[in-house]
Amino acid sequence: MDFLRPASWEEALAAKAEHPTAVPIAGGTDVMVEINFDHRRPEALLDLNRIGELREWEVGEETVRLGACVPYTRIIESLRAELPGLALAAHTVGSPQIRNRGSVGGNLGAASPAGDSHPALLAAGAEVEAVSVRGTRMIPVEEFYTGVKRNCLEADELIRAVHIRKADGPQQFSKVGTRNAMVIAVCAFGVALHPETRTVRTGIGSAAPTPIRATAAEEFLNSALEEAGLWDSGQIIPPAVARQFAELVSGAANPIDDVRGSAAYRRHALGVMARRTLGWTWEEFRGNERSARCA
Amino acid sequence: MRLTFTVNGRKQEADDVWEGESLLYVLRERMGLPGSKNACEQGECGSCTVRLDGVPVCACLVAAGQAQDREVVTVEGLADFAKQRDEGGSASGTSLDEAKRWQSKPGETGTAAQRLAPIQRAFIDAGAVQCGFCTPGLLVAADELLERNASPSDEDIREALSGNLCRCTGYEKILDAVRLAAARSEEAV
Ligand SMILES: Cc1cc2nc3c(=O)[nH]c(=O)nc-3n(C[C@H](O)[C@H](O)[C@H](O)COP(=O)(O)OP(=O)(O)OC[C@H]3O[C@@H](n4cnc5c(N)ncnc54)[C@H](O)[C@@H]3O)c2cc1C
Ligand code: FES
Ligand code: FES
Repeated sequence: MDFLRPASWEEALAAKAEHPTAVPIAGGTDVMVEINFDHRRPEALLDLNRIGELREWEVGEETVRLGACVPYTRIIESLRAELPGLALAAHTVGSPQIRNRGSVGGNLGAASPAGDSHPALLAAGAEVEAVSVRGTRMIPVEEFYTGVKRNCLEADELIRAVHIRKADGPQQFSKVGTRNAMVIAVCAFGVALHPETRTVRTGIGSAAPTPIRATAAEEFLNSALEEAGLWDSGQIIPPAVARQFAELVSGAANPIDDVRGSAAYRRHALGVMARRTLGWTWEEFRGNERSARCA
Repeated sequence: MRLTFTVNGRKQEADDVWEGESLLYVLRERMGLPGSKNACEQGECGSCTVRLDGVPVCACLVAAGQAQDREVVTVEGLADFAKQRDEGGSASGTSLDEAKRWQSKPGETGTAAQRLAPIQRAFIDAGAVQCGFCTPGLLVAADELLERNASPSDEDIREALSGNLCRCTGYEKILDAVRLAAARSEEAV
């Protein structure tokens, strides 16, 4: 096995082009488990830890450009205001030791349907900056996942950063597991209100071969909110609308039975999470509107 | 490959390291530092917790090559590490020999490595050690918590130690030990 340790981003791209089978290693919290258990014996590891810029982020006008290797701990500490959904999701990952090493770039690289970043990225709206010596591609996150633990990266590409839309309204993330720490999601749900565009976006984790948006649920809710003028009035969402939204979220899922839970349970739990998180975000939105009006 | 890094304040070198090897393996099998335990090799138990450039990590999930030129603190160096932090002072570090000769005699004599860090003493005094397998990882994690947060709430302690499993104690005495160490450091100030 080779251990490649590029000291700069350019060197990393060159190394990946020269060794397309080299496996990038960031926090190692997925890669090392596979190597320790002999599930994987790559020809080469490509260490990304020495590239400082991958651990940095920039807060722009509309998006946060989050370096691929920024550990979850930093996101929780420093980006709660800009990326509330992702910060909530990050807080549920593994344990402090795992959050100190694990990264969104690694979560995307692994592309597990149970990865906790994914529902938050889908709901907020995000693009993956995939780079090779040939150039840069900006890939909308919903197109990034192509199958169970598969993504659309080419063999010579590395993730440089993820561009995530800054929150313009309340966001929530919810995850079902057997206890608080150290659980792989049985299923997970993220929701983001976007008052600027008067839209709601969602993300579902662990309930289909890839992370997905519940697009039919989003469309239904967007028009229900519009028709009833709720963005303006700030009235509560009628229970029938919330129920229908929850059912459509359940219906969007395509879960399996496995050791963590049955397909039927996952569908049910998703509906419950959808209804609750919508309630929480809408309450927060109404609160914000009220205080804005009083000010 | 050759690996050069700092362990417990001293430069160390290991040769013929396999590229897929973990930092935990290097520490235990090549440095002769078996304090960091190997229980799961998948990040679930925290018994291999060490500081990597100050950050608590599972040594089983760090590739050996990722530790190149970086600083690692293991439970063997914790007493000296804590002493330096408390007293300022220059780094004497803990040599591999000292670490290997270490015995659990909580007396005040002997080299820095033979004395105990406050968190270690608190674990003994609170009865937080049973079989002891989880203890090194918990000590490193708890010590880092108290470094960040001198008077943690119970919630803070539970959160900071949520990556460390113990099958013996039921955790209550471990929580007691961390509270005790925090209380003692407040008295000392
Ligand atoms: C005990 C434990 C608990 C966990 N709990 C959770 C959890 O609750 N939720 C969750 O979502 N995950 C969890 N995980 C999985 C893991 O921590 C996450 O997927 C994490 O985000 C991986 O990040 P990393 O930097 O460690 O990735 P690595 O292990 O370094 O890499 C993961 C994959 O991504 C690729 N990769 C990494 N960086 C790049 C890049 N820049 N460009 C291209 N490819 C790249 C690697 O080649 C590899 O295939 C857990 C893991 C452990 C060991
Ligand atoms: S041995 Fe590393 S976490 Fe269990
Ligand atoms: S004391 Fe035995 S595992 Fe904790």
